[in-house]
Amino acid sequence: MTLFVPYRTLSAGTLLRMRPGTALAAIILGGIVLAALLAPLIAPQNPFDLASLDVLDAEIPPSWLQGGDPRFLLGTDSQGRDLLSAILYGTRISLIVGVLAVLIQAAIGVPLGLLAGYRGGVADSFVVRAADIQLSLSTLMLAIIAMALVRAWLGGEGLGTYAVPLLVLIIGFAEWPYFARTARAATHVEAAKDYVLAARALGASDRMILFRHILPNILSPLIVMGTTQVAGAIMAEAALSFLGLGMPVTKPSLGTLIRSGYDLIFAGAWWVTVIPGLMLIAVLVCINLLGDELRDWTDPRSTRH
Amino acid sequence: MKALGFFLRRAGQALLVMLVIAIIAFAVRAALGDPLREMVGESVPEAERAALRHELGLDAPWPVQLGRYLGNAARGDLGNSYIYKRSTLRIVLAKFPASFELVLAASLIVLVISLPAGIYCAVRQNSLGARLILGFSVLGISIPVFLTGIFLITIFSVWLGWLPAFGRGETVKLGFWETGLLTRDGLAHLILPALTLSSILLPLFIRLVRSAMLEELGRDYIRTARAKGATHLRVWLRHALRNALIPLVAIGGLQIGNLIAFTLLTETVFQWPGMGFLFLEAVSRADIPLITTYLIAVGFLFVVTNTLVDLISLRLDPRIELQGRR
Repeated sequence: MTLFVPYRTLSAGTLLRMRPGTALAAIILGGIVLAALLAPLIAPQNPFDLASLDVLDAEIPPSWLQGGDPRFLLGTDSQGRDLLSAILYGTRISLIVGVLAVLIQAAIGVPLGLLAGYRGGVADSFVVRAADIQLSLSTLMLAIIAMALVRAWLGGEGLGTYAVPLLVLIIGFAEWPYFARTARAATHVEAAKDYVLAARALGASDRMILFRHILPNILSPLIVMGTTQVAGAIMAEAALSFLGLGMPVTKPSLGTLIRSGYDLIFAGAWWVTVIPGLMLIAVLVCINLLGDELRDWTDPRSTRH
Repeated sequence: MKALGFFLRRAGQALLVMLVIAIIAFAVRAALGDPLREMVGESVPEAERAALRHELGLDAPWPVQLGRYLGNAARGDLGNSYIYKRSTLRIVLAKFPASFELVLAASLIVLVISLPAGIYCAVRQNSLGARLILGFSVLGISIPVFLTGIFLITIFSVWLGWLPAFGRGETVKLGFWETGLLTRDGLAHLILPALTLSSILLPLFIRLVRSAMLEELGRDYIRTARAKGATHLRVWLRHALRNALIPLVAIGGLQIGNLIAFTLLTETVFQWPGMGFLFLEAVSRADIPLITTYLIAVGFLFVVTNTLVDLISLRLDPRIELQGRR
């Protein structure tokens, strides 16, 4: 049985009283997100424009190493593509897929959780049961199997065409139970409060009570959950792309970049795969640190105020 | 007697789950696989194809085909691979020892490190060591398993040249079981993949052991044991750990699906010739029978390990009702 743990609400003041380490993580993450979003403006090269690539520039090491070229700060890949530009664009795709997938999770999980927590009874046990079953299967395994079947069906190119919506839907659908559980527990607490009673006395419909009154009040735990879920979704996308079951080479995410650079490490060109890998880790660590901090803040058992 | 009932009930459930998986596998085959194309190619005229289709029973209504598929499956015949032209079940089973030895080695590493580290983090909660271990575990959780593998290969194979980076090395055949554990070369090949696979589970299990231990250490019976004059070590290991194992096994059991996925990723990085590596090859060459047989095999492993976890929980916690939970 889930315990109904009360929670504290996040506020703008929270952000000002962050641990210094987390603040640093938040700043780095903010910088990465900004750079990724502005990639078309700030990237030195358009990595998708094959005409601008020169094979003579292939596998140049980062500029601070011997043999580096100041034109390519982080070096180039096997096709002479500027790695910095490829990473900026790749991060953009990874972030977009991660965030959209979590929005899908929330769109499925939150209404179910609201309903289960508010109505109780059959609806509640149905949602709890379905969530348990879904969670006992692994998200990653489900996603791998689903993408593998799509690939067997459409072929490698077909998969590439629909990769973004497929990844978003599959990763989104596989992890709805986390939102459902959190929303259910929080709704259960809220539903007993006076304002809900007052709204009901005024004749508000259930739908009105759930979405207009309860939902805004349970946003804090949902945001905390959502933060760590984004890291999970980005990791799942990277894993799928690394296996060749995600983003295609023509539209690479960080996972695809790591995959396509992988063969080159034996030839000594480690940067093509290691640098995108470090970027992926930086994104994940920052999001996880931020998520931990937010969780501490909303957890009433935590001693930090 | 009760235990027998529990066992029968679980066996029934397992059978039901396997039936559902087999039906899904059948649906995938019916939707995606065309055995004719593989057998005769594209050039044969349509009339001849229709005749052949009739001969093979491929034009029968789907319930008949499903019945035939399930019947064959029960006899261990899951069809032939398009690529290898051999029984898919045999191909998948031949790859099982490689995956199993990898998982076994990784589990040993996880067990040997996570128990002491987790207990330490619980009993010396605020020490520098505990903070360091937990800090590393946040980092460990944030590093995808395939990147750990790539980093280890870059450092230990490419830069230092100490350890091999791919394959299983020299293996020995023990009957049907092909083992890499008996040769020096095989063991050397196992080190990096096993470390990689354990790296993703280790942070999780250290945290699990820690929180389960903290939960138990706060209970009254611990105070009683201390009052009796039991030594610290005895309290930690005999009293607290014994009870902490119960939630640990239950929550750890939920990781089986993830373990299969992580093994698949590790096998891909190290070109480890296990079941996951085979599956990806089958996917990239659209070998539908091989894909579906892998799904059935993984479903079977999943069911068997889940049942084992439940049986272990039962042994550990005599209070668990033998009604067959879930």
